[in-house]
Amino acid sequence: MKDLPAGATTIPVLEVENLSTVFATQDGAVHAVNGVSFDLRPGELLGVVGESGSGKSVTMMSLLKLLPMPPARIASGSVKLGGRDILTVSDAELREVRGGKVGFVFQDPMTSLNPVFTVGYQLMEPLREHMGLSKAEARRRAAELLGLVGIPSPEKRLEDYPHQFSGGMRQRVMIAIALACDPQVLIADEPTTALDVTIQAQILDLVKELRERLGMAIVWVTHDLGVVAGIADRVMVMYGGQVVEQAGVHALFEDPRHPYTRALLETLPDMDGGRSARLRSIPGQPPVLRDVPTACPFAPRCAHAFEQCHRANPPLEPVGEGHLVSCWWDYARTGTGPEENTHA
Amino acid sequence: MLTFTIRRLLLAIPTLLAISFIIFAILDLSPGDPTSQIPLTVPPEVREHIRTSLGLDEPFIVRYLLWLKQFFINEPLNILEEWTGYTFGDGDRLRISSWATRSPVVDLIVERLPQTLWVVGMSYVVGALIAIPIGVISAYKQYSWFDQVGTFVSMIGFSVPTFFTGLLLIVIFAVNLQWLPSIYDTTLRVTDWSSFVAQIKQMIMPTMVLALYNASQISRFMRASMLDNLNQDYVRTARAKGMKEKTVVLVHVLRNSLIPVVTVIALGVPQVFGGAIITEQIFKVNGLGQLLIIGIQGADIPLVQTLTFIFAVLIVLFNLVADILYGVLDPRIRYD
Repeated sequence: MKDLPAGATTIPVLEVENLSTVFATQDGAVHAVNGVSFDLRPGELLGVVGESGSGKSVTMMSLLKLLPMPPARIASGSVKLGGRDILTVSDAELREVRGGKVGFVFQDPMTSLNPVFTVGYQLMEPLREHMGLSKAEARRRAAELLGLVGIPSPEKRLEDYPHQFSGGMRQRVMIAIALACDPQVLIADEPTTALDVTIQAQILDLVKELRERLGMAIVWVTHDLGVVAGIADRVMVMYGGQVVEQAGVHALFEDPRHPYTRALLETLPDMDGGRSARLRSIPGQPPVLRDVPTACPFAPRCAHAFEQCHRANPPLEPVGEGHLVSCWWDYARTGTGPEENTHA
Repeated sequence: MLTFTIRRLLLAIPTLLAISFIIFAILDLSPGDPTSQIPLTVPPEVREHIRTSLGLDEPFIVRYLLWLKQFFINEPLNILEEWTGYTFGDGDRLRISSWATRSPVVDLIVERLPQTLWVVGMSYVVGALIAIPIGVISAYKQYSWFDQVGTFVSMIGFSVPTFFTGLLLIVIFAVNLQWLPSIYDTTLRVTDWSSFVAQIKQMIMPTMVLALYNASQISRFMRASMLDNLNQDYVRTARAKGMKEKTVVLVHVLRNSLIPVVTVIALGVPQVFGGAIITEQIFKVNGLGQLLIIGIQGADIPLVQTLTFIFAVLIVLFNLVADILYGVLDPRIRYD
């Protein structure tokens, strides 16, 4: 692999290559994900940021084919888990990956649990399905998992229904379900977005702690850069269904290269600023992609856009140690990027 | 749940009293006279005598209170006596009797209940059993040919009246093909294999006519309810856990989808007892529906009053059953 940060020499657990997802709608196709590539090393926490509609969640769902198909269709790409492409395996093998090797935590804990089954039942399901545990064994493990995610008196709470849990507790249950079968990868799709800030902090601490104890790799999708700064090793910024910048967490915050990343960082409220400082926003709306983009998708909202930006979609190119950017302006400014284009 | 049930049962008492009063008042105000079926040669003073013997000279409120006493005290005591063999009091109580046949109304009902339960009840069970899988498959494969055909057939089944489908079946299977009898023979007793086959044969057409109607209704409910649930987040969670598609649909989605459908089915049960008035007429099934029609035609007010009131009791009762089922099926609903 190219662009490994120093010291990271292990083989990635998850390699995503050129993934594209298209939705068929009544008004024509929507290209929600366009050629996304990234990898994830064991024990690493990759933050994925971008505003609503940037294709973060669709990318994650595509990894495990969790999107309704149709209308969704994975147009190209491969998702290699331990070297096997899980987009082409049989349904039975895919089910082994889902909930077995890859755990998934969703955004809204209020609706992500089935209201008519007890938490214990829902937690025991994957244990019995993937690990072949007996009912008694699954029960013991389920109680253990609830304890692990910090739910008091776990034995008793197995009998409770989701509506008897608070939002934060439900998200802990979701995490317990995702962790049930010791996954290699945990995908958390905006797991704290629906929770209030104090609960969010608790969940973040929990995940940090669990990651140290269990050592799985985590993909953490969020639109909150503050969250990413707190927990991620590496950050991937998405816009218009593609990766616009990828870097180690320090590199990204110290030296953001893509104008979109810069703009996102500027929207963060400044704690030292005076009271009168207004919250900043990025003008404009993210694009709805009817076609595969032939220009930089951010160009219409970009202060630095020039003629080249409207003509061709910049490739994702290494610009530094483990730092990848997809921006004509940045290539021109720093003299990096693809050889044939630097003359622009 | 128990306190809820008791409270609802207590609340049912004033409701039912009000209903009984309204039914009694409407029937009393309606035109028609018990002596209207008697030949015109019978002189007026004899007619008046008949009316007096039926208690029609008493004021409205007295007749109503007497009926209440007969329905709520005399008839239950009579049933109790028959079950236990004991005699309460002197055992000489006035029962509600039909003006037309002079036999106790409750006995008439008991006599006709089995036919109605067999034919109409069976059609309800068959309808629900057909409807649930159709609704599930239609929703899961929405807009597939199966769904299109299913939706079309249920639209037909729901909008074409049973007297039309009934006659159509009679023309095809009884008149042209001569496979099935067009008239339901109530005197048939199932004693051996051939009489059992005959019983099945005569039940097929009326059962199917009503089952089509019931299935059309329930399958649409089932389909809509499944569609509501198939897009829920918890379904995605179940898939993300690596559950088999069968488990996802038939355990996670179906369990949730059945909650409203089961209550709709429960609310429909009183109609079974009410009999299918038109279908029973077409196939000459002498069930409760037919009894009601005869009662109305002969201005047999005690019969109509009692039957209608029993239907009202069943409706109130099954409303309660539906509410309790809701609480049992959906853990989010608690009545405490």
